[in-house]
Amino acid sequence: MLRVIVALLLVVGLALPLSAQDTSPAPDRSATGGAQTLEDILARQRGENIDDDFRRSDTGDPDSAAAISSQLGTLGGASDPELWRALRYNTADVTASNNGPASTVLVQDGGMRWLQFREGPLIEYGGYLLLGTIALLAVFYLIRGRIRIDGEKTGHMVVRFEAFERFSHWLLAGSFLLLAFTGLISLMGRKFLIPTFGHDAFSTLAIGSKWIHNNVSWAFMIALVFVFVLWVVHNLPSRSDIKWIMQGGGILKKGVHPPAKKFNAGQKLIFWSVIVFGVSISVSGLSLLFPFEMPLFAMTFEKLNALGVPALIGMDALPTALSPQEEMQLSQLWHAIVAFVLMAIIIAHIYIGTLGMEGASDAMVTGLVEEQWAKEHHSLWYEKLEDAGEASGAAHTPAE
Amino acid sequence: MKSMLAAFVALVVICIGADLALDEFPFSAQDTTSSADVRLDGE
Repeated sequence: MLRVIVALLLVVGLALPLSAQDTSPAPDRSATGGAQTLEDILARQRGENIDDDFRRSDTGDPDSAAAISSQLGTLGGASDPELWRALRYNTADVTASNNGPASTVLVQDGGMRWLQFREGPLIEYGGYLLLGTIALLAVFYLIRGRIRIDGEKTGHMVVRFEAFERFSHWLLAGSFLLLAFTGLISLMGRKFLIPTFGHDAFSTLAIGSKWIHNNVSWAFMIALVFVFVLWVVHNLPSRSDIKWIMQGGGILKKGVHPPAKKFNAGQKLIFWSVIVFGVSISVSGLSLLFPFEMPLFAMTFEKLNALGVPALIGMDALPTALSPQEEMQLSQLWHAIVAFVLMAIIIAHIYIGTLGMEGASDAMVTGLVEEQWAKEHHSLWYEKLEDAGEASGAAHTPAE
Repeated sequence: MKSMLAAFVALVVICIGADLALDEFPFSAQDTTSSADVRLDGE
């Protein structure tokens, strides 16, 4: 029964946009002989979406051209306006001395949409996300304070992370921080740094940022692979995660310590965010590093359209004919949006790993944690260490 | 602490290595999209 209802809803949901399109009356363009009208121009200037098929496909017909010796035969079946229209909609057969994929696209209007989004909502909401995250953490710190080790410290240290684990973490962390700062400089510098430091100083900073961003990205991608291989087994969901989440990870209330394995549910969330968003940022970053070589979006949109995803959320089908420049514009926007989300998550991770919790940073700096810390925050992992005889007294002093 | 410092050193090495290595391959927009006839750097 449920399946029937879902199927019915899907059919209705998919049919609604179609029927809405079918019923909209075609504009009367008889006064202009089928060419665009003043109303078309005004609608475009108002930023409305207009169906421009009547212009897009009106690019002449070489097959019905007059013979070369006849009147107008030299035009080859396409008048000048038709030729310009073909250039406008990127359907003209263009030959250029520069052989790049973008060189034969003479007109593309995605650039203005991209620029306005990049200078407007992207910077505004991205900035709010980062500042909002910092503000929330500050409020949390003021209310909850530092999460201390509740029990009495034993003075014994247990090995939490081996050297290569820590190396991989810091390779990832160091590269991510550099990428985040240089990425923000590249995105926001024009708006916030040029007014303060001037064009010349910003030019030097921007060139340096670009060099660091492009080349440090490889360290990030390598570290992402290391971290995934090292920790994926420990980050698979387990039953204890539910209990950990139900108790808010024990971070909301003093003295509450839900059992956790090597990684608790919060850390697993961070891990999978880093892997999923990190891979997404890497792929879109590679697309930007090698311009026009790795177009991602037309292919992705085609698949989403085939699955009916846009229609499911009441959107028109996503465009599948994208110019090489539009592919790059979308890669840049996606790269920045996902990076903002990951930056917000990492800010929270840095907080809880340093200021927010006593003893947490030791795990990644020395590799050793206080035995009592292990018992309180990762009791199931600690029990396993005890069973293996690697817990109490295995390492009394930091190795480094 | 040694692991952390080693990671930062590795970061710098990878960064410089990537720059030098990529320079050796004809990946740049100039290399992939233009011939010597239209370059301005005299190469």
